[in-house]
Amino acid sequence: MSYDLLTFIWFVLLGALLVGYAILDGFDLGVGILHPFIAKDDRERRLVMNSIGPLWDGNEVWLVTFGGALFAAFPVAYATVFSSFYLAFFLLLTCLIGRAVSLEFRSKVHSAAWRKVWDIGFFLSSFTAAFLLGVAGGNIMSGMELGPKYVYEGGLLSQVYWYPLLVGCLTVSLFALHGAIYLYLKTEHELQARVRRAISPLFYTFALLYVFVSLATWWHVPHATENIASYPVLWIVPALNALAVLNIPRAMHLGKPGYAFFTSSMVIAALATLFSVAIYPNFMLSTIDLSYSVTLENARSSVGTLQTMLIIAVIGIPCVLSYTVIIYWIFRGKVTLDKNSY
Amino acid sequence: MDVEILSRLQFAGTIMFHYLFPPLSIGLGLQLFLCELAYFRTRNPAWEAAARFWTRVFAVNFAMGVATGIVMEFEFGTNWAAYSRFVGDVFGSALAAEGIFAFFLESGFLAVLVFGWDRVGPRMHLFSTLMVFLGSMFSAVWIVIANSWQQTPAGYHIVWQDVQGELIPRAEVTSFWGMVFNPSSVDRLTHTLIGAFVLGAFFVASVCSYYLLKNKHQEVAKRCLSIALPTAMAFTLLAAITGHDSAKKLVETQPAKLAAMEAHFHTSDEPTGLTLFGWPDAESETIHFGVTVPYLLSLMVYNDPTKPVPAMDQIPEDERPPVWLPFQTFHLMVGLGTMMIGVAALACLFWYRGIYGQSRWLMWAIVFMPVAAMTANQAGWITAEVGRQPWIVYPSVQDGVEMMGLRTADGLSESVTAEQVLSSIILFGIIYSMLFAVWVFVLNNKIQHGPESAEELTEYKRNLESDSMSKNFARSGKLLGGDMMDEGTR
Repeated sequence: MSYDLLTFIWFVLLGALLVGYAILDGFDLGVGILHPFIAKDDRERRLVMNSIGPLWDGNEVWLVTFGGALFAAFPVAYATVFSSFYLAFFLLLTCLIGRAVSLEFRSKVHSAAWRKVWDIGFFLSSFTAAFLLGVAGGNIMSGMELGPKYVYEGGLLSQVYWYPLLVGCLTVSLFALHGAIYLYLKTEHELQARVRRAISPLFYTFALLYVFVSLATWWHVPHATENIASYPVLWIVPALNALAVLNIPRAMHLGKPGYAFFTSSMVIAALATLFSVAIYPNFMLSTIDLSYSVTLENARSSVGTLQTMLIIAVIGIPCVLSYTVIIYWIFRGKVTLDKNSY
Repeated sequence: MDVEILSRLQFAGTIMFHYLFPPLSIGLGLQLFLCELAYFRTRNPAWEAAARFWTRVFAVNFAMGVATGIVMEFEFGTNWAAYSRFVGDVFGSALAAEGIFAFFLESGFLAVLVFGWDRVGPRMHLFSTLMVFLGSMFSAVWIVIANSWQQTPAGYHIVWQDVQGELIPRAEVTSFWGMVFNPSSVDRLTHTLIGAFVLGAFFVASVCSYYLLKNKHQEVAKRCLSIALPTAMAFTLLAAITGHDSAKKLVETQPAKLAAMEAHFHTSDEPTGLTLFGWPDAESETIHFGVTVPYLLSLMVYNDPTKPVPAMDQIPEDERPPVWLPFQTFHLMVGLGTMMIGVAALACLFWYRGIYGQSRWLMWAIVFMPVAAMTANQAGWITAEVGRQPWIVYPSVQDGVEMMGLRTADGLSESVTAEQVLSSIILFGIIYSMLFAVWVFVLNNKIQHGPESAEELTEYKRNLESDSMSKNFARSGKLLGGDMMDEGTR
């Protein structure tokens, strides 16, 4: 297999890991964002938390593996991206830690104040993590102040401006919508009715932001559309994406929440794919000088390592998928509380 | 302070905090699996109560390991970008293998282990427990391989890459298995895993001894002790053996580290003695208040009491590690290890004579043993990591060709400033202090609450069964989980 083909395969595999993470942890984060607004009493809060209880940890592993795979396949990209987003990523870590311990510790003590603190922690960390992921994505999309030798020259403030912030809002609204549909599938009775009422406003917020971000990207990130323009067949991705977005309210209206959840997953997959198409063949575009950019070619590992990693992936992925399916199957159906719950 | 010191402080702080949890997860995982295996074979509800109880403790600890572990993966990139570019081709594959083979396995089956007690049958549950335990071991395998490669690199060569007109070196894998089975990985891996098993065994023994002292949960406690004490005995002994093997090889692979660990400053033609304790002073190259046993180091390293061991003066001055810290932590680890062998042997002896439950002093000693085990684990790693300075990747010779190493100072992120690192240290200092307090508080809660008795558990399962038969799952959720004062005590 040629070096360039291997490189491309690894770019695609990383995209797949990113899609997997965004779909799976997307609903976890969405559930966290909705948690204080949807659940009215302690039992409902526990139901909401336990709807993702057995699953969130495995979902987060997709991000960990994405990081590891990026490190292995494109070390220069890993090093440059992570050191450029220094404070943003430390905040993201804070959020991921906050989410984990809020879930784990909340229901361990019988005190209203104790539980309140972790409820707030669960919401804040989920919300901020979703937002930061969008902000980082927005920055990567539009390019960053990368100087010679892959040294980031911009400050923290140059990462905070309207475009990434808008993308951050989009991810929050998308994950909230995705999480709401998930909660609708997992809950019953009054709680479910409340979730149902939230879905429409969440959908309209998301749809509005989706239009805004599309226009903003077209205007602010001209190179994003160039790849699509040079491979017109790729127009199918944004077209399907738009159809999928519209299909969410339709599926809910038809009373097919499972179909709606599948559709919102596809919206996330399409957005992540568009993101990958837009940045290709760069990992980080330099706004100072194009030749300073981190590309697939200058970031990749040696051909031997890419091959070894591919073998690891070919052995590993079927295992991962099979036990993911087993776990989701075991915890299918409406969420109930028992002695083992959070 | 400069970026290097701050970044090293940050890495040391976050990795040491992280390392409180995974060894306990691995060690407790083994104990949990053995308890559940005993339940599976005997179907005795007391064993099930034990397994369910250790699952709850395990879950709290595991969550902390996950939460603090992801920080480590990010830090390679955020703080050590130059290092990441240098080692990515090698280190990255091990880390990715860890993600695919270990993390998915453990986090997936953890769900069944923790939440599946009343959802899957005993066979599936036992299988899940085993998978979680194996997953946690696999993750140790890959990360220790990656670390060992940095200490004793193998299976690679240095390639100079043209980066915008300047040639920059990086390590590239030439033989994957050569990288995996580098000269130190097997020794260090077994020693690390055994250290974790020791901690897990003493942890279980400690909690159970505490219950005996307080006259609580007697039945469960005695059953668990019958597993924990013999395993503690076996693994403390194995720790000594693997530790000895590991240290012995240093004379070949990392003589500077060995010299630092033993505060061995001057080479001579005389046989080398072993300093039992003392206060090394690297400035004047002497050991104050030292007590040295003649011939012993030569004997231990070469199995020959007369052959001299090379000292620090053989190492170029700018390649010498600090001495005081590796010396003290190494001796602390060995001292604690020896003590643990003694305590475990005594406890086993008393146990088989049936007088363990009467010797309160011994039970109190066992109660505090997890602190010793945890300290020994940390001290061992401090020795390993400080002793390899100033290298982040050791230089080596591959097939007669000298390969350059990477100095710690050259591994930093060029774009990160001291202020940024300082602010992240402060942020994580606050978060980790709070986490630690909460962890101790919740763990203590779990332990004070203790396992159900066998009767309580049988009653609970009977209720669950009748509930499911009346197909009232929604209401059973309310009944079992609705009352805040009654539930959420997992």
